[in-house]
Amino acid sequence: MRPFIYEQPTDISAAVAIASRFTTKDDQPTRANAQFIGGGTNLADYMKLGVAEPGRLLDLNRLEDPGLRQIRVTDDGIRFGALVRMGEASDHAEVKRRYPVIADSLRLAASGQIRNMASLAGNILQRTRCEYFRETSWHCNKRVPGSGCAAMEGFNRQHAVLGGSDACIATYHGDFAQALIALDAVLHAEGSRGARKIPFAKLHRQPGDTPHIETDLAADEIVSAIEVPAIEWARRSLYLKIRDRESYAFALASAAVALDLDGDNVREARIALGGVATVPWRARAAEEALQGKKLDETSAGVAADAAFAEAQPRQHNAFKIELGKRTLVRALLEARDMEV
Amino acid sequence: MDTAAPRPKENQGAPLPRIDARLKVTGQAHYPADLPTANIAYGALATSSIARGKVTKLHLDDARAVPGLLDIVTYGDMDKVDKPKFGNSGATSIGPLHDRTIFHDGQIIALAVAETFEAAEEAAQLIRAEYEDDKPTASFDSPGTKTVPAAGKSPLFKEDVKAGDFDAAYAAAAVKIDQRYSTPTQHHNPIELFSTTAFWEGDQLVVHEASQNVTGWKVELARQLKIDPGKVRIVSPFIGGAFGSKGPMTPRTAIVAVAAKRLGRPVRCVTSRMQAFGIQTYRAETRHRIRIGAGKDGRITAFAHEGWEVTSRPDLYVVGGTSATGRMYDYGSVLTHVSLVQADRNTPGYMRSPPETPYVYALENAMDEMAVTLGMDPVEFRRINEPKTEPIGKKPFSSRSLIQCYDQAAEAFGWAKRDSKVGAMHDGDWLIGMGCATAIYPTAVAPCAARVRLTADGEVRVQCGSHEIGTGVRTVAAQMASERLGVGIDKISVEMGDSSLPPAPVSGGSISTASVCSAVLKACDAIRTKLYAAATAEGGPLAGSHNEEFDLADGKIVAKGGASAKVEDVLKTMQVGAIEEYVEFAPKGATPEALNKLYAGTPEFHGADQDEDSVKYAFGAEFVEVRINRYTREIRVPRIVGAFAAGRIMNTRTARSQLMGGMIWGIGQALHEATEVDRRYARYVNRDLQDYLVPVNADIKDLQVILVPEVDHAVNPAGVKGLGELGNVGTAAAVASAVYHATGKRIRDLPIRIEHLLS
Repeated sequence: MRPFIYEQPTDISAAVAIASRFTTKDDQPTRANAQFIGGGTNLADYMKLGVAEPGRLLDLNRLEDPGLRQIRVTDDGIRFGALVRMGEASDHAEVKRRYPVIADSLRLAASGQIRNMASLAGNILQRTRCEYFRETSWHCNKRVPGSGCAAMEGFNRQHAVLGGSDACIATYHGDFAQALIALDAVLHAEGSRGARKIPFAKLHRQPGDTPHIETDLAADEIVSAIEVPAIEWARRSLYLKIRDRESYAFALASAAVALDLDGDNVREARIALGGVATVPWRARAAEEALQGKKLDETSAGVAADAAFAEAQPRQHNAFKIELGKRTLVRALLEARDMEV
Repeated sequence: MDTAAPRPKENQGAPLPRIDARLKVTGQAHYPADLPTANIAYGALATSSIARGKVTKLHLDDARAVPGLLDIVTYGDMDKVDKPKFGNSGATSIGPLHDRTIFHDGQIIALAVAETFEAAEEAAQLIRAEYEDDKPTASFDSPGTKTVPAAGKSPLFKEDVKAGDFDAAYAAAAVKIDQRYSTPTQHHNPIELFSTTAFWEGDQLVVHEASQNVTGWKVELARQLKIDPGKVRIVSPFIGGAFGSKGPMTPRTAIVAVAAKRLGRPVRCVTSRMQAFGIQTYRAETRHRIRIGAGKDGRITAFAHEGWEVTSRPDLYVVGGTSATGRMYDYGSVLTHVSLVQADRNTPGYMRSPPETPYVYALENAMDEMAVTLGMDPVEFRRINEPKTEPIGKKPFSSRSLIQCYDQAAEAFGWAKRDSKVGAMHDGDWLIGMGCATAIYPTAVAPCAARVRLTADGEVRVQCGSHEIGTGVRTVAAQMASERLGVGIDKISVEMGDSSLPPAPVSGGSISTASVCSAVLKACDAIRTKLYAAATAEGGPLAGSHNEEFDLADGKIVAKGGASAKVEDVLKTMQVGAIEEYVEFAPKGATPEALNKLYAGTPEFHGADQDEDSVKYAFGAEFVEVRINRYTREIRVPRIVGAFAAGRIMNTRTARSQLMGGMIWGIGQALHEATEVDRRYARYVNRDLQDYLVPVNADIKDLQVILVPEVDHAVNPAGVKGLGELGNVGTAAAVASAVYHATGKRIRDLPIRIEHLLS
């Protein structure tokens, strides 16, 4: 691990100021010399492995604004402070009642210990666990731009079939993000150029030719809150996560779904897919395929085909297309049958 | 009695809690990387990022510039030390710093030593190597492998067993199958990371390192360092998981010892989880072809088992499980052949039930297929083929309770309620499958020394250079002493895990309980004999008693007639404060050199298939229920039942714990575990516990262990069959059988994963 300077700012503007001083406008947050740390469950790991090498670490856990640690339920929806821990959000009674998909996505992620440490903002900004990214002796365009991608022709069982490029097929492994993108969440961020709102769907960037650019955030920008709009029918929502073992494993495929039903007919569907894409993945084609249709195994299958129409398999991950479709079908049917 | 402490049945010992349990759960047990603490320098390894080639240049300047760096041990620095030897005490013959040739991914290229762990790690990461790299050969099917017959390449694998005329019998068989199976590379991944701490006291070297073989390591390390074995001490009192990975010493130990010598202070090297994949041994990938021929009545007439195993270029490690599979059932004729396939890989090694896990997996999966082909119940199929004598040498089994295991496990599992039709059982969207398989493990025993001391105040100290690898061997040694000397378990202390203690054999092959308890038994009996002789001698408290039958209880000698004398008083008449006995136990059939070999760290194993009078194995039967989702096909194991018979059970709690751990591991082997190899580079890909999956608590639901009573006086004086490696044999085949029953899909390549069941 590279030695680093550790600071504990107590308010966001101070944190932003320090970050601004030690980064430039063009720095990527993941590659900047000064980086923010929340729960540390991802960044500390990558620092030990030499994947992340910040020279200055700004610990956000001493920020004094109480709103950063609160979950506020209002008529407009729900607002999560950025430092709320995953476990707090997944256990929150109103979250569970109003947005089962959010509670599920957090409950099924990581382990109890990690959920108690990891912050929500850190969770959505977690980086890929691609084996070739994690270990510095492999070629990786995301870690070292232009060095090549060892995963492309390597052991790529866990890699993405959606949203990849010739430069990178690393999966976005988060679960919570799938719920957020499905529910049209909005982020609040503060940086040296002021405060702004970012639609969650605009946060992550597909790899394209620049897989080292992972998000829309500037290096001195801090996510302060996550807002989910009020969606009355989101009570009919769930997150289905399929993995090799029962707990503490990343999704091979997952689906976040929320349904507005009129009897068995779909007024509106929200669908996001995890474990199969390079970024949090909203499956709009699948949503459209279901709109106005009776939801049954056949229509769910048509929607699943639409969701994966553009999928690009590699040698070891081709099964994810079929698995992803089945996961979505099962999630839709289980959501349809929910008692709400 | 709770589940964790089963009520002892016939020939089974009390479920005493482990005598070191409190130390472990309160953090007072010191593991090898905990000690010593004073004046430590820290070492970190740099390892190769290629699998084949040569290191042409090492760039050390950046590493040397790290503040606190003390030394870098690399090429040239080991020239005065002999290269490692491959064998029981040595994991590989590769001396990584003796020559710049790279034989495998993750080979040690340097050791950076610094004032802090962090500085050492930073320096090691900054060491850059230039290579002349050559295209490596990863595994089976890669260009450039070399295949050689395994027979005779290892002292543990002398021949390809055979019996009768397989070709003729197979040709004539009415029903036959011919199938291929495979098992992947697996790494032990004990939670305790691999570490070495070395320091010199003058010309005396002390090494704290988790070891399953302190005596063997002492001798091998002394050989490498060209010093007297009496000048080397290996200390390993507690071990945080071994599973075979800490059996043979690796080249790292001598490198750290050299670093400690150069610096004149203790050096501790704790290696990373990722590095462990390259610097330690692992379970070799295997492939199998099995042919079974049978009559329509289900009687097997022909059995052939061919195996192929990956090994390294320099070392011919043999897995070789055909000795057990060839003796499992009443086959009629047997043909076996094992081949080694050499590739650019690190040398594989022992991993819990090394030969049996892959070979019995293949056999039992094939047995299940054959039962299906015959339209027979798989339990019935095994019952029909239960042998009276083993088919190779026609020797009897010293004891064999396989059918009792099947019957008791089937009853507990509710096998009779299984609908044998494929895909017939389900619960909502979950398909249900049920399967079973046989577990077998050879029963061996080795020479072992022990020292036992009984003092006048009734305290007993047992010393034996065996190893507490989590099995509970300290506890069962105490139980044996408690029973023979009639003192409470709280009065007994047991010292193990130190090469300065009386030597014990390597803690491998499930021999420890049998070997250690036989030695402790012998030492205790020697004390008993002395006590009784003194008590009954003229002037003794039991003078005149000539009855040879007596017992020791509550600090007293109690003669059969009822007369008794306090041990304390007997010692007074002997004018001693304690009786101490140093004994050497040698099993039946031991050669005249057997005890010398024990001290040399190369103990003879006896029993199993080696004895003239009988073959010796422990058996079990495992039943598994799987549930597979109709849509998404994830496989879960809600229930598993195993019944096992292993002679005398010293402690039902520790025995159950071992078997339970084995069964859980077996589920992991069936569904989770595999080290993935990037075939282009012959490099391991999933080198951590994030991607190398093992079962977590949520994967293990209802697990039941049944200890079937069995008495076997032929195996060893203690009557014990080792069971530490029995539990994970057969489990994966039982899971495969259940998956077939649920889905109609026969999966022959492990692990069984979602993608195998989607089409």
